Parts: sequence; C-alpha cells; structure tokens
Amino acid sequence: MTRAVAGTVGTIGTTRARYARDWLFTSFGLLSTLLGLVALGALLYDVVSDGAGRLSWQFMTSYTSRRAADAGIYAALVGSLFVIALTAAIAVPLGVAAAVHLEEYGGRGRLSRLIEINIANLAGVPSIIYGLLGLGLFVRAMGMGQSVLAGSSTLALLVLPVVILSTREALRAVPNSLREGSYALGATKWQTIWNQVLPAAFPGILTGLILSLSRAIGETAPLVTIGALTYVPFAPDSIWSPFTVLPIQVFAWVSRPQASFAENAAAGILVLIGLLLVMNATAIALRDRLQRHTR
Amino acid sequence: MTRRRVRRIVEFVIERVLFLSATGSILITAGIILVLLFETAAFLSEVPIAEFLFGTVWTPLFFDKHFGVLPLVTGTLLASGIAMLVALPAGLMTAIYLSEYAPSSVRRTVKPVLELLAGVPTVVYGYFALLFVTPLLQSVLPGLAGFNALSPGIVMGIMILPLVSSLSEDALRSVPNGLREGAYALGATRMEAALRVVLPAAFSGVSAACVLAVSRAIGETMIVAIAAGQQPRLTLDPRVPVETMTAYIVQVSLGDTPGGTIEYRTIFAVGMLLFISTFVLNLFSNWLRERFREEYA
Repeated sequence: MTRAVAGTVGTIGTTRARYARDWLFTSFGLLSTLLGLVALGALLYDVVSDGAGRLSWQFMTSYTSRRAADAGIYAALVGSLFVIALTAAIAVPLGVAAAVHLEEYGGRGRLSRLIEINIANLAGVPSIIYGLLGLGLFVRAMGMGQSVLAGSSTLALLVLPVVILSTREALRAVPNSLREGSYALGATKWQTIWNQVLPAAFPGILTGLILSLSRAIGETAPLVTIGALTYVPFAPDSIWSPFTVLPIQVFAWVSRPQASFAENAAAGILVLIGLLLVMNATAIALRDRLQRHTR
Repeated sequence: MTRRRVRRIVEFVIERVLFLSATGSILITAGIILVLLFETAAFLSEVPIAEFLFGTVWTPLFFDKHFGVLPLVTGTLLASGIAMLVALPAGLMTAIYLSEYAPSSVRRTVKPVLELLAGVPTVVYGYFALLFVTPLLQSVLPGLAGFNALSPGIVMGIMILPLVSSLSEDALRSVPNGLREGAYALGATRMEAALRVVLPAAFSGVSAACVLAVSRAIGETMIVAIAAGQQPRLTLDPRVPVETMTAYIVQVSLGDTPGGTIEYRTIFAVGMLLFISTFVLNLFSNWLRERFREEYA
C-alpha cells in the first residue's frame, strides 16, 4: 500500500487542476451509471412500443401461424410452463439434497472440496454447452428425442449449480443455536435438519429456487441446441411431446424479415417479461409472508 | 433398543442419498467432458487437427467442405472485444462512482435496477440489437450492414455491464475506510484516492470480475445469433456480417442435421473449443481472486 500512496506524491499540477480533474472524473462516473439505466429504459420502451398493440386475447390463445396477424403465443406459453414445472421437479430435490449434504454433513475432506470447486466451475459454463450435453446424452444416447423431458432434463442440469449455491446460502443463515437446541433435546442429525433447519431456511430456499427457475425460463440457446422446434402449432400434452417455449418462439419470429413478425416477437417478449415479473413478485411475496410466520 | 437401531439405519441411508446427490454434480462435469470428447475425437479422425485450428475457411455445410475454425474464432473475439470496450470502462466507472461517490440512498436504488439488466433474457437483447441499435447506428454509419458485429457487441457489453459493476463494487467496498482516510489526510482528491489507493487495493476482485466478463461474452449466444449474421468470415471489420462459435452451433441446430454426420460433429468440436476457453478463463479469474487477495484486519 505504501507504494500506491507514495505515487500521489509525484502528482504534478496545481490544486485547481487536480480538483477540475476530480470533477471531470465524477461526471464521467455519473454518465457511466446513467448509460446502464438509459439502456434499460430504451430497451423497455422499444419492446413496449413495438409489441403492446399486438397484445390481445386472440394473441394469447392462438397457435402460431404462417400469417403474422393470425399467429399467437399459446403453444409456447403452455410449453414454457410445462418445461419449467418439470425442470423444477427434477432440479429442486436433487439440488436441495446436495446442498444439505454439503452444508450440514460436508466434511472438510478432499471430496467435499472437489465438489465445491466443481459446482463453482459449472456455474460459469456457457449455457449452450449444456445444450450440447443434453443433445449428446438425453436426445441421442438415452433416446428421449426432442421431447419436453429432454428439454427439462437439460435445463435441470443447467440450474442445478445455482440451486445448490442459493440453498447453501439459505442454510448457512440458520443460527447454530437452533441445531444445538435440537441436539440437546435428543434429536438425531436428520431429525434436526428435517424439523428445525429446513423449516427455518425455507423462505430463503424458496426465493433462491424461484430466482434460478426464472433464469431457466428465459434460456433459449440450450433448448435450440437440443433441437426444440421453432414451429409448433399444438400444445404439448405429455412429457414425450415435441415442444417450443416463449424465448424460442420469439427467436423464430425475430428471424423473419417481415415487420409484422417483429411485432409478434415484441408481443411475445412482453408475455415473457410478464411471466418473469409474476415469478419474481411471487418470490418476494412468499418470502415476506413466510418470514412473518416463522419469526 | 430396536427402534434406536431402525433410527440409526434410517440416518445412514439418508446420509448416503444426500451424498449421492452431491456427487451428482461431478457427474455433470464428467458428462460434459465425455460427450464433447467423444464427438470431437470422431471429428478429428476425419479432419486433421492442424486444419481445424489453423484453417482460414469454414464451410462445413457447403458441398465444398472446409473445416478451418479461425473465422469463427475471429468473429467471437471481435464481438467479445467490442463488448469489453463497452462493459469494462463503463462497468468500472459505475462501480467507482457507486462505491466512492454516490450517497448510499442512490447506491441502494441504482444497484438493483442495474441488476435487472442481468435478468433480462438474452433473446430480448438480440431483438433490441437487431431492431433498435442496428438501425440507430446505421443512421450514423452509412456503411453498416444489417447484420454486423458492432451492434450485438455493444448490446452484449450493456448486458455484461452489471456483472462488472456489481462484482467490482463489492471488491471496492471491502477496502477498509482507513486507507481512504489516509489518502484524504495526505491531501488526495477523491479521484486520486479512488484510482491510486482504493482501486489497487481491490485489484484481485476487480481483475477477477473483468476476466469473468470476458468468459461470459465468449459464451453468449442469442444476441450474436440474432444480430451478427451467420457468415463465417475472417475479418476484424465490425461493419460486416460475421459468425461466432456459439452462433454456428445455433445455426446447425436449427437445421435438420442427422446424428453421426461430419456436420453434426462440427458443433461438438466447436463446443469443445468454447468449453476449454471459458473454463481456462474461469480458472484464471478464480486464481486472480485467490492469489492477490489482500486480507485487511
């Protein structure tokens, strides 16, 4: 640190010049901060102004079509909800179990350390690589085809590291006195976890789960890679059905040159953003409610 | 007595099940590596590795096939480079402003709003790049093609900005106030304290954030797939259509390419290259954070 401070001694320039530079620097910092905010505003304005006119009950309840004006988002909306529900059913038990092991049982052994490094690294793998894994493993090797099940399995692997990390965070926030009190009353380790730790950590775990699932709902690349279809004029009715999801439908419409399809894409984005808002608002509401109950 | 024994068995079984779930995460990594290795090995048995890595023409989907990956690599570097030109300066300045200058009420509102940018689905950014930013840029740069590297690069930079600003701000704020106060006591302006004392002290966290940002840009898919075009070409001109590694994988996946063909295997070979690059960058980011971590009492 001494070296860095000593550097200031060498600064040349009058006091006034130094304060002018400071002022310039501050304005530049303020401008940079505004850049992000302005970009977010421009993005929302652009999507709303392009898509709001197209949003209607007919749009929500129609299947896609080769004619832009008849096309709707129904198949993609049902597909997204179906895929995300199945993703949750796969990723949540696995992720929570893994987090409980790492946080409550995890020794300081070499294996636990390896698992931890591995999970941190998995969280940084690009999502399209998970798509290649899903294509090679679920679609081809396990013969699931381009089905809802293959899509959900792929997304489950993608969100698993995030689920584990956020659940561990929530478990860590449970005070140790709660565990010790339970042991003192003669409870076993699992009884303590099941009856005390998990209920106390539940609001935190739930928030983390909803936030990781809302990330999965916006994912496009891995599902395109496993071969999810871009033109699906029917809603999926079983885990073996072919499917499409909201972001893929948006991608398909954006890729067409006609302006009328761009309007559809913008309206589709509004539906997607609406869904994300509903999920996030639910997460916040549930957390507040449950926290009041447990305290 | 027997109840206690049952209890003990249940405890043991539960612990094993939890343990298996935890080791499952290692299987994911193993799965990724095995799938990529398997198909890449099959690919390299047909195409010499030197031709793949150093060839300058990429046309696996044409009748006259060439498998030189360099055009995809330059496309990726070009788009990511532009993204970094936006994300690193703006992200760092935002972090410094929020941590060193802004009142805490401003920081508390601005930070979550910026993090909303990170939660926007990437396909939305693709739409924004293609239908808002590109036309806007075309009115300034008449030579700009409808598909180009510039517009998705800039938008990708905006997407990554909150990652840089958020992680850097955390690093800057963990620098103890005593250092700042020492600099002020010596007569430093806030800029001098920020740039010469706080920033060097937070070097490990800030540099780790920047490396992570590069890794994120290289792996980003939908923005470039939508707005950069799908023409692999060996150029560093940001005004013409290019194709990145990720966009190529999407392009092949959209077509109906049967498994086992050489076209199908190219996406795994390209994926392997992508996986290795991001993996190395992530490790490097971790190393920076650990190696140069300063402990302040």
